[in-house]
Amino acid sequence: MRRLLAFLPLVALAGLLIAFGFGMQRDPKILPSPLVGETVPGFQLAALEEGGAPLDSGLLARDGEPKLLNVFASWCVSCRVEHPVLLRIAAEGVPIYGLDWKDTPEDGRAYLAGKGNPFRAVGSDPNGRAGIELGVTGTPETFVIDARGIIRHRHVGPITAEVWERELRPMIERLRAEAAA
Amino acid sequence: MRGLGLLAALLLAVLPAHAVEPDEMLADPALEARARAISAGLRCVQCQNQTIDESNAPLARDLRLIVRERLEAGDSDAEVIAHVRARYGDFVLLKPPLNEQTLLMWAGPFLALLGAGAFLFWRMRRPPAMDEDEAELLEQDRP
Repeated sequence: MRRLLAFLPLVALAGLLIAFGFGMQRDPKILPSPLVGETVPGFQLAALEEGGAPLDSGLLARDGEPKLLNVFASWCVSCRVEHPVLLRIAAEGVPIYGLDWKDTPEDGRAYLAGKGNPFRAVGSDPNGRAGIELGVTGTPETFVIDARGIIRHRHVGPITAEVWERELRPMIERLRAEAAA
Repeated sequence: MRGLGLLAALLLAVLPAHAVEPDEMLADPALEARARAISAGLRCVQCQNQTIDESNAPLARDLRLIVRERLEAGDSDAEVIAHVRARYGDFVLLKPPLNEQTLLMWAGPFLALLGAGAFLFWRMRRPPAMDEDEAELLEQDRP
């Protein structure tokens, strides 16, 4: 019994190391969003592009199909990484709405003019208030919103081709099936 | 006397720095004091080990302004905190609430104390155990 007890600290240490090992797999910068399961908070944003559609949060509930809401900015480096993927997603027929966060409209327009515009509507949020309503902590962030305008998922960081294939596309397909049912 | 003045100046210079800019402050000192107290309990989501009162991050400034706007609109302290929490979750509260997710964290120290106490109690009630070598030595010392 005493012999066995001597190994107790070692066993406890091993347990802690395993727990820490799992803890290190998590990115502490990614916070769970309290908005998942909630309706998109209300905001009305002017269109980024002249003659473009303004971004009204009601629009996200009314169009009747699952969609993505992408928070980006011209100053955001990782947004440039995900931009080609966004263009591909739009080409596949998935509606994407854009929110140009803490950015001047001129810079935002120049960014989309140079790289292509994957968005059905882009709102300009120069003071960042609409982003804060969404609990945005940085760019890029993408919300998966169902046909009824309820936020179902938040992705923090760039959407890589892999994230799209493995995570977001299956989710959109599931939400489409759910809306059709 | 000059040395004392210098010392006082130096001591004042090391007071904790705050990020609140003069243009953010409210004209009403009572409201501003409430804003400062609320901000000191809210975590900055961009630089997670600082409060929004201490942080120079742009998002912390935005949240300080929102706290002040809500106060000016007549919100109670609890309403202001609930407003921020509804957007950023429990994580923004530097003092986490007691719920099923945080139960282990809050109860942990007491459980550890209880466990250690129980262990000590068990050890002290038992007659001290001896090694075989020790027992043998005692055996030999007997007449």
